[in-house]
Amino acid sequence: MPWSWLLPDGASTFAGRIDFLYYVILVITGIAFVVVEVGLVWFLIKYRARPGRKAEYIHGSTKAEITWTSVTAVTVVVLGLMSGPVWNQIKGRDSVPGDAMPVAIHGQQFEWHVTYPGPDGQLGSADDFDLRNQLHVVVNRPTVATLTAEDVIHSFFVPAWRIKQDAVPGMGIRVWFQPTEVGTYELACAELCGLGHYRMRAQVTVHTQDSYDQWLAEQGQNVALR
Amino acid sequence: MATTAATVGQVGHAGHVDDRSFLRKYIFSTDHKMIGIQFLIMSLIFLGLGGTLAMMMRWQLGFPGQAMPGGTILPETMAPGGILLPEFYISLVTMHGTFMVFFAIMPLLVGVFGNFLIPLKIGAPDMAFPRLNMMSFWVAVPAGLIMLAGFWAEGGHAGAGWTSYAPLSEAPEYSGVSLGQQLWCVSLIVLGLSSMLGAVNYITTVINMRAPGMTWFRLPLSIWALFITAILVLLAIPILAGGVIMLLFDQTIGTHFFKPATGGQALLWQHLFWFFGHPEVYILILPAMGFVSDIIANGSRKPIFGYESMVFAIMGIGFLGWIVWGHHMFQSGMNPTLGQTFMISTLLIAVPSAIKTFNWMGTMWRGSLHFHVPMLHAVAFVAMFVIGGLSGVFMASTPVDIYIHDTYFIVAHIHYVLFGGSLFALFAAITYWYPKMFGRMMNAFWGKVHFWLTFVFYNLTFFPMHQLGLQGHMRRIYDPTQYQFLQPLQPLNQFISIAAFLLFAAQAIFALNFIVSWFTGAKAETNPWRDNALEWTVPSPPPHGNFAVTPTVYRGPYEYSSPEATEDYLPQDQRLPTDRVPAPKPAGD
Amino acid sequence: MAHVAVMEPPAAAEQGAGVYNEKLGMWIFLGSEVMFFTALIGSYIILRFGAQGPWAAPGVVLNVPVTAFNTFLLICSSVSMVKAYAAVVDGDQAKFKMWLLLTIIAGASFVGVQGYEYTHLIQDGFLPSGIREGSELAEKVAAGAVPEATAGIYGSSFYIMTGFHGFHVTCGVVSMIWVYLKALRGGYSSSDYRGVEVIGLYWHFVDLVWIILFTIVYLV
Repeated sequence: MPWSWLLPDGASTFAGRIDFLYYVILVITGIAFVVVEVGLVWFLIKYRARPGRKAEYIHGSTKAEITWTSVTAVTVVVLGLMSGPVWNQIKGRDSVPGDAMPVAIHGQQFEWHVTYPGPDGQLGSADDFDLRNQLHVVVNRPTVATLTAEDVIHSFFVPAWRIKQDAVPGMGIRVWFQPTEVGTYELACAELCGLGHYRMRAQVTVHTQDSYDQWLAEQGQNVALR
Repeated sequence: MATTAATVGQVGHAGHVDDRSFLRKYIFSTDHKMIGIQFLIMSLIFLGLGGTLAMMMRWQLGFPGQAMPGGTILPETMAPGGILLPEFYISLVTMHGTFMVFFAIMPLLVGVFGNFLIPLKIGAPDMAFPRLNMMSFWVAVPAGLIMLAGFWAEGGHAGAGWTSYAPLSEAPEYSGVSLGQQLWCVSLIVLGLSSMLGAVNYITTVINMRAPGMTWFRLPLSIWALFITAILVLLAIPILAGGVIMLLFDQTIGTHFFKPATGGQALLWQHLFWFFGHPEVYILILPAMGFVSDIIANGSRKPIFGYESMVFAIMGIGFLGWIVWGHHMFQSGMNPTLGQTFMISTLLIAVPSAIKTFNWMGTMWRGSLHFHVPMLHAVAFVAMFVIGGLSGVFMASTPVDIYIHDTYFIVAHIHYVLFGGSLFALFAAITYWYPKMFGRMMNAFWGKVHFWLTFVFYNLTFFPMHQLGLQGHMRRIYDPTQYQFLQPLQPLNQFISIAAFLLFAAQAIFALNFIVSWFTGAKAETNPWRDNALEWTVPSPPPHGNFAVTPTVYRGPYEYSSPEATEDYLPQDQRLPTDRVPAPKPAGD
Repeated sequence: MAHVAVMEPPAAAEQGAGVYNEKLGMWIFLGSEVMFFTALIGSYIILRFGAQGPWAAPGVVLNVPVTAFNTFLLICSSVSMVKAYAAVVDGDQAKFKMWLLLTIIAGASFVGVQGYEYTHLIQDGFLPSGIREGSELAEKVAAGAVPEATAGIYGSSFYIMTGFHGFHVTCGVVSMIWVYLKALRGGYSSSDYRGVEVIGLYWHFVDLVWIILFTIVYLV
C-alpha cells in the first residue's frame, strides 16, 4: 500500500527483527510527534494574544529541563540497546553461519555477476559457474555472498530481505541472508554508480531445495555445453 | 586620559559624514551590512536556480520519458526533444544538492545573517576585519560562476551527486564527466576560502568586540548559534578542502588517493567528506535555530524558555556533530563495530535537539502570541523540524538503516530539516530583518499568503517521500519504472511532482514581495517588531558605523513582558534606575 | 577623543580574549590550518597503515640528509624571527630589520632547497602519480627496493603533504617581504608591532608543521 507507514512484506529472517525495531521506533516517534504537534496547535490557540492578557514573565524551569532531557536520553539509550544486537546478528563479521552457501557477487557498471559454487558447494573450484543478473538461492537456508566491485561503488539491495550492503572496489565484503519465502524478487543497486545506475537490476529466485537442485543440474548441462 | 565616563557611551563610529563613493558604498563595500545584502542577492539567485533544477528532476520522476514543457530550449546533449537524458538527470541531482547546500542555504544563513546581524546585535561598529569581509564576498562570486560554468562543460556537469563519491567522481570513464567534475572541485576550493575568511571574522568579532555589558550570557541565541556555527565552518571546511584537492589531483595529475587498484582507498573519500559533511549539516541548521529562538520569543512577548539550556544545547550539537559522521556510512563496508559506536553518538545527538524543541514550546506556553509573518514561519519551523528530527531516529538505528539507507526516506528527512527547517527559518529571518536591511516592510498580507501556500504544498511534496522510501524506492534513479516493485508507486511520484510544481510556483509570491517592497514597501520604523536587541535601537537601515554612541547593555535580549517595564518589551540598552553601570575597562595607553 | 591603543583589545568592548583583534584572528586562522594538515596527514596515515604492502624506506627514494639540513634552516629561521620580534618590541629598528631579513632569506632558501629536491626527485622518476617508467627509480622498483604496490600512493601523499607545506612557507615568505617593506617605511614601532607578531605566529606554526612532517615522511 503506497500511502502507508506499514512496511511491505518481508521474506527473510532479518525482516522480522528489522521490522520490529522499525515499528517500535514508529510508535515512540509517533507519540512524540502527536505530543509536540498537538501541543503546538493547542498553544497557538490557547495563548494567542488577547486584549487585557499579558504573557507570563517566566525564564524557564530546571525541573522541566531535567525531565525532558532524561526522558529523551533514556529513550534513545533503550533504542540503542535494542538495535545493537540486531546489527551484530546481521552485519557482524563473526555472525555468518558456518553452513551458509557461498556465492560471489561482482558488481560492475551496470550489471551483477554472480558466481556459484556448483555441485561441490565450494567457491573457487572447477565446477563454479557465472551468471549475469540472476541470483538463485534456497529457501530457509543461509547464503553468504562475498561482494566485490569492478569499477565504482555499487550497493546490493534486496528490499524484501531487508538487506543492503555496499560493494566497494578493492574490498571483499561478506553479507549473509536467509530467505523465508519461495518466489522471485528484484535486486536493486542502491548507490549511485553512473549513468546506468537506474537500470542495474537483477532477478532473484528463491527455490525450494528440490527446485534448486534441478536448476543446478540444468546449469551443469549448460556448463558442459559451453 | 579619561576613564570613568568615557568608556561608557563612547562616541561610536556612526557620527561621521558618510562620503564614500558609489563603488565603495555598494560594490566594493567593507560595511558588513552591505556585504550581507550582497550575499543575500547572490544566494537568493542560487536558491531559485536550485529550485528550478529540482523541478526538472520532479518532471522526470513524475512523468518518466515524457517531453518536459519548455524542454526543447535545452540542448540535445541534455534533453533532445525535451526528454531528459539520464546524464542530464544525474547532473541535475548533483547540482540541485550542490547549489542548495553550498550556494543557497549556507550563504543565506551564515553569509547573510552572520554578516548583517553580528556587529549590530553585539553593539559593534563593524566586523573585526572589514576588508577581509569584503574579500569573503568577492571570492564567493567567482566560486559561484565556476560552479555555473560546469553546465557548459564538454561532457556535461558533475554527475556523482553532491557527495561526489570516489571512484565514480574521479574517472571520466566511470561517470562520463570530465571537466564538469573538475570544475565542481575547483569551485568548492574557492568557496571554502570565502567561508574561512568569514569564519575568522565572525569568531574574532564575537569574542573581542561585544559592547560593554554584553556578557556571553546576554547574547541573543542567534549570535550564539552563528558563533558556534562559525567555529564549525572554521574547522570543517579545511577537511573538505583537503579531500576535494586530493580528488582534483586524482582527476588531473594522476595521484592515487581514492584508486583502489593502485593503493588508494575508496572509503577514504567518504571518511573525509562526511567528517566535514556532518558538521556541515549542523552549520545548515544551527543559525536557523538561533533566528527561530529570537523570533518566537518576540512573537510570544515572553522570555525564551531555558536560555542557558538553549546555549548548552547549541554547544552540545556543535560538539557531538563531530563524532557522528559514520552514520552516513553504516552500509559502506566499514568495520561493523564502528556502526555500533556511531549509532550511539547519533542517538545521543537527538537529546540537545529535543531540548531545544521543548524550550521553544515552553516559550510559547503562557505567552501572548502575535502571528506576524516571521512568527508563522518560525512556528512552522518547529513543527517541521520535529518531523525531520524524528525521522532521523529511524536511520540512527543501524538495523533499520539497512533498509532505508539510500531510499526516499532519507530524502524526506533531508528536506524536512533543510526546507521545513532551515528554509522556513530563512523566510522568517528575511521577513524579520528586511526592515532593518532596506528600511521598508515586506507586505504582510502577501507574506501570509506565501506562508500558507508554501506550508501546504511543502508538506504535500515531501511527506509522501517517507512512504516512497518505506516501500524501498531508491535515491538518484532516473526511471523508477524500470523496477517492478516501484511501478505501483508511480501515482505517488506523480502526486509529489505536481505538489512540487505548485510549491515552486508559490515562491513567486515571495520573490515579488521581496522585490516590490524594496521600492514601494511601507517605510519601516526603527523598531517595528518591538524587539529588545540592539539593532532595533538604530535607524532602519542603520548608518555606516552603526551606533552613534557605543551602547551599554544591562540585560539579556528576551526581557519581554517584564514587570520592570511599562511596555511589553525592555531593550537591552535601556538603563533602569536599578541598573548598575558596568565598571569601565582600564583604557589602554 | 580617547586615544585608541591598537595593541590592546578594542577599547569600547566587553572583556574578550584579552589580545588585539589581529592576534586573535591569527590564532583562530591557525586552528583551521591545523584541520587542513590533519586532513592531509590523516589520509596519509590511513593510506599507509591500510596499505596492502610495505612502503619504501625513506632513504631509498628521498634525500634525507639534504632535507635534514633544510629542517635545520627552517628552525633557524624561527629563531631569527623571535629575535626580530624581540628587537621591534625593544624599539631597535636596525636589529629588527636585520633579523627579519635573515628570516626571509632562510625561508626563501628553504623553498629553494625544496625546489631543488623536487627537481631531482622528478628527474629520478618520483612523481605524484608514482614511479615513471624507464626511470632510475623504476630500476629500484624492479630490484625490490621500492615496493610497486604502494609506490603510487607514496608519491601522491609525499607530494601533497610537502607541497602544501611548501606553499604555506612561500605564502609566509611573501608576507614577510611585505612586512619588511613596510618596516623600511617605518611602519612598525615598539608601540605598534602587530604585523610582526602576527606573521611571527604564522611562521612558527609553519615550522612546527614541518617538524611533524619531516619526522613522519623522512624518518619513519
